[in-house]
Order: sequence, then C-alpha cells, then structure tokens
Amino acid sequence: MRIAMANRMTPYMFMAPAAVIMAIALLYPLGYMVWGSFRDWNPSQSIGEAEFVGLKNYIFLWSDPNFHESLGVTLRFAFFVVSIEMVLGVGLALLLDRDIRGMSVLRTMFILPMMIAPVVVGLMWRYMYHPTIGTFNRFLESIGLPKVDWLGDYALTSIIIADIWQWTPFIFILSLAALQSLPRSALEAARIDGATPWQQIIHIKLPLMMPVLIVTGLLRLIDAFKVLEVILVMTNGGPGLSTEILALRISRTATEFRELGVAAAMSNYLLILLLLLTVAMFAFTRWQEARAAKLRMVVEDDD
Amino acid sequence: MPHIRLDKLIKRYGNVEVLHGIELEMADNEFTVLVGPSGCGKSTTLRMIAGLEDVSEGEIYIDDKPVKHLEPKDRDIAMVFQDYALYPHMNVARNMSFALRLQKRPKAEIDKKVRDVAATLGLSDYLDRKPGELSGGQRQRVAMGRALTRDAATFLFDEPLSNLDAKLRGQMRAELALMSQRVQKNMIYVTHDQIEAMTLADRIVVMHGGVIQQQGAPKELFERPINKFVAGFLGMPPMNFLDGQIVERDGDVFVVGDGFDLRLDGPKAAAARAHSSKDVTLGVRPSDLRYDADAPADGSLSLDVLVSEYVGAQSVLLCQCGPAKVMVELGSDTPVALGQTLTFAVNAGGIHLFDHKTEVAL
Repeated sequence: MRIAMANRMTPYMFMAPAAVIMAIALLYPLGYMVWGSFRDWNPSQSIGEAEFVGLKNYIFLWSDPNFHESLGVTLRFAFFVVSIEMVLGVGLALLLDRDIRGMSVLRTMFILPMMIAPVVVGLMWRYMYHPTIGTFNRFLESIGLPKVDWLGDYALTSIIIADIWQWTPFIFILSLAALQSLPRSALEAARIDGATPWQQIIHIKLPLMMPVLIVTGLLRLIDAFKVLEVILVMTNGGPGLSTEILALRISRTATEFRELGVAAAMSNYLLILLLLLTVAMFAFTRWQEARAAKLRMVVEDDD
Repeated sequence: MPHIRLDKLIKRYGNVEVLHGIELEMADNEFTVLVGPSGCGKSTTLRMIAGLEDVSEGEIYIDDKPVKHLEPKDRDIAMVFQDYALYPHMNVARNMSFALRLQKRPKAEIDKKVRDVAATLGLSDYLDRKPGELSGGQRQRVAMGRALTRDAATFLFDEPLSNLDAKLRGQMRAELALMSQRVQKNMIYVTHDQIEAMTLADRIVVMHGGVIQQQGAPKELFERPINKFVAGFLGMPPMNFLDGQIVERDGDVFVVGDGFDLRLDGPKAAAARAHSSKDVTLGVRPSDLRYDADAPADGSLSLDVLVSEYVGAQSVLLCQCGPAKVMVELGSDTPVALGQTLTFAVNAGGIHLFDHKTEVAL
C-alpha cells in the first residue's frame, strides 16, 4: 500500500521543482499585479504603504473616456490588422503553393520581416513615413503628387500598414504549411469533377484549411492586443490619443501618470480579454479533437 | 462510348524515362485492366489518361480527338482513387453531387441522381454522414458513387480495392464486376493484384519496366504468355521455372535439366526442334502437375517435399527439383511426409518453353 502510494507520487516529486519555479515566476508577479490593482499606489511607495481602495480603480476605468478611447483604438487596430493580414497571408500562400524554380528562396524572403526586432521595424517605418525626408513622401513628390502626413492625419492607418508588413508572413507560413498538408488526391478528384482553380480554393482548399486558419487568426489576435514597441517608436501614441493602444496606455499610466494601481487594473482588463480569447482557442481545439475522436470511434464500430 | 487510343506515350521525370512508348487501344465498353508490379508505370499511364499527369511525348486520342492538352474536366472521365479521395468536409450526398453542383444542374435533378446511385450502392442511409464517419468499405462505395453520378463516358480506377481488408476486397470485387455489367461504359482499371485483373478484365495489359509486355483476354494471357515475366506474373500459385536444355534423342525432342528429362509432344515438340540444344527455361504451372506415382519418367517430375502448406481442400507443397524450387497442389487427403519423394505427371499442353537469355517464349 505504502509502496503503491510512493509510486504514484513519484512523477509529482520530479515535477515539483519546475512547479515551484513556475509558481514564483508566473503566479507571484500576477498575484502582485492583481493585489496592486486594488490600491491607490504610486511608484515612490512600497505596496504595503499604498492605501487599499477596493474596486475603485476598476470602476474609475469603466467610465474613463481616455481608457475607452484607448480600448477602441486597440480593438480597431486588432480588427483591421488581423483581417487584412489573414486575407493577404492566405492569398499569398494560395498563390505561392506551387513548384517553380526559386520558389523556396522567395518563400524565405517573405518571412524575413517577421525576424526583425520590433523596435527596428518601428524605427525603419518611422523614417520611411517621415514628412520631408521619408521614402514615401519623396516618392510622392518625385511623381508630382501632394505629400501625405503619414504619422499625423493617417497615424492609425500607418501603424496598421507597418504591422501588416511585419506579421503577414506569420499567417503566410502557417497557411502554406496547412495547404501543403492537404490530401493531394482530394484536389485531384476535384479537378476531375470539373472544379476550376478558383472553385478548388473555395470548395476544397479553404474549408479544409479552416481549423489551422482559425487557430492562426486567434494567435494573431492575441498578439495584436499586446503590440507595443513598434507603435511606441513610431508615434508614441500620438497625435493626441489616436494611436494609443492599451499596452502603451498602461505603460504611460505607470510611468508618466505614476498611477500603478490604475495601470495594474488596466492590465487586468487586458488580461481578462486575452484570457477569454485563449480559452476560446483551447475550447475550439478541444472540441475539434473530441469530434475527431468521436468520428474515429464511430468508424471503428462500423468496421 | 468513346474509343481511347494511346499513341507512343512517353513519360519522363527530369532525365528519367519511366514510360517507354505505350501503345494501347481500348474498344467500346471494354473493361481494361493495367496490371504489373509496383513501379511498372501503370498508375502513371492511368493518370496521364485522366489528365493529372503531363504527357512528355506521344498523344492520347479519345474518339480520334487528341486530348493531351485538355484539362481533366474536359475529357469526360470519372475516377476512383486508391485512398478514395473523398472531400472530408462534405457529407456523402454532397460528395456525390459535387460535380453536378459545379455544373449548376437543377437541384431536383441532382437530388434524384444522388438518390438513385445511393440506392444501387446501398448508401441511402448514409447520405448525411461525413466520410470520417464511414467504414472503409462504405467510403469505397461513396467513391464509386461519386464517379457514377457523373455519367462520364469512361471510368478510371486507380487500385481502388488495395486499402480494404481481404474479405471486403473480394466482396467489392464482385460488386465492381456487377456494376461494370450494369453501366456498360469504358473502364480502365489499375491494379497490382493479378486476381483482380483476371476476374474483372475483358482485356489485361501486363506492364513491366514502363513497357507493355503483353495484352489480351485473360485466358489468352494465361494460356499463351509471351515471355517469362507474364507467365510468372499471372496465376496463383505462380508458374514454376526450371532451367534446362533442348535435346534431340532417337528422333524425339526432350527438355533436359538437373532433376528432370521430359519428352515433348505435338506442336511443342515441333517448335522446340527448331531450337535444338538451346538453353531454355521450362515453365509449368502447379495446376498442370498431377500427382501420379505410376507416371512414366519422361512425362513427370520427381519432387522432394520441403514444406507442406495446408489451405483447406488443397495443400500447396514446396518441393525441390534439382537446384530449383517447385510448387505443386495436392488434395489434402493424400498423406505426405516431409522429405518424401513424389512423382507428378506433367500435362503435355501445360509445358511452356522460354529462351534462357531473352526470356521470350519459343
């Protein structure tokens, strides 16, 4: 009895060190943030000195127009970025899924933007968008068109373009992988059934890629809610609050406005949002696995 | 029904030529089976007819119209794939109606067609199921149903039964034979299984190494194989081969080898006489060897039994004859001891002679 018990405990004993480190590295800061969000806390105080205010920070944010503005910017940014990237990434994958000489080089080049550090991407685009010496305006000037105030009037559009440039490759490579693992004979059957290339995409390829596309889209969405560096470098949230996404507002609330409690509460709102998305994603994959398992069982019963 | 002709078809992958000029004509309503070992080019030939594989050289004619440059959909063909190639996200009804829906046929017509075909294949209860919810045999039926709803002029089958277990395969083979009688279309069927070929075909085309070895009715190929490969490929258990030499002695013609000395009769003798003292390979099918203790020495083989495989009414014996192994069939009620020497009479009409070097039948 004793021995059986010990045997059963063995794996947990081996896992214990990792669990402890996880708890310290993950749960402690998280708990600290949640704890801090209930206090009126400024950076010169230790957390113990800060006054406990209950849900005041959360209630304040609920009716704070600046927070609403920032949340709106984040949602708009995430929506446009993810939908445009999905269309472009999947489109490129469909276009480049063929065996032509040099295609592998081309594919590698396509994923280069993803490998550049976000800060560098931000700097690069800031210079390209520069009103007088930037690449875009000099080009517009040279062909006789009026200049565009990229990071002024069109700031949100401009950061969306930069993000699309950087992250479309992510969707591209995942879609390409999905595309190349599709059953070849089903596509051949579709050709024989008379499907044009376009009909093959609509009726066969896209539906079969859908599970991968949904997970890819969710991953991108989660990432888009957390984006910071590129926008920080390009616009620092301006002009006004027009590009101040949540991550940026959190960092400014903490450092410039010195309101750690409010920043923590804001982080928690973001965390809850991301958590919901992640749970949705896990639920989706679980549901898929369960369905696949059920189908397999049905088949085995029949055989 | 169209009449399909392959004219000197050549297929190359890079510098490697895998098909070396296939010439083949398929008559109306004929069930043609391309058969051969893996890598003989039979599937490639079929895929070229389907339009899934480019033709490197040569031409394919359907009703005397060259179709090499046509898309698969413009060739009026339907195809059944080895792995069924069903659309996993569509239910059975939608799988079967996909082609008709692409053609924008009226919905009532599509429904009726799907229902009719499903009824003949026993799939009526499964129309709402997805392929993942079906067993292997049912999926196979859906694949056939999808081809049938098309009403295409020519049906192509690419090893359609090889993913099924042995029992189901036999059952589906019979259903396929029934279906081909009923629909009366051109059928081109690829398989590596010579039993499928023999049972289904009006005409068998034996391929090996990217070349057609021989074509004709199953009986013709079985009785008069043109070379050693065809002889060894068709028939189960396979034909036995024994190396020997043609010898003329006392006005008679003999095949003499290590462990046997057979006198030839009739037309075989006349044919062999022209090749006197040539090195040959003697071929005898197990079905042409009959256990007979009193058979004369110049019309029989003496075989030492090595292994006895009991398969029910019959046993298959693996025996030694000189340096060669020989398989024979024997009624299971005849008691046999391992190591025993048995005498088997050779059916004179069942003797095949092949040139030892070129392996061509004499």
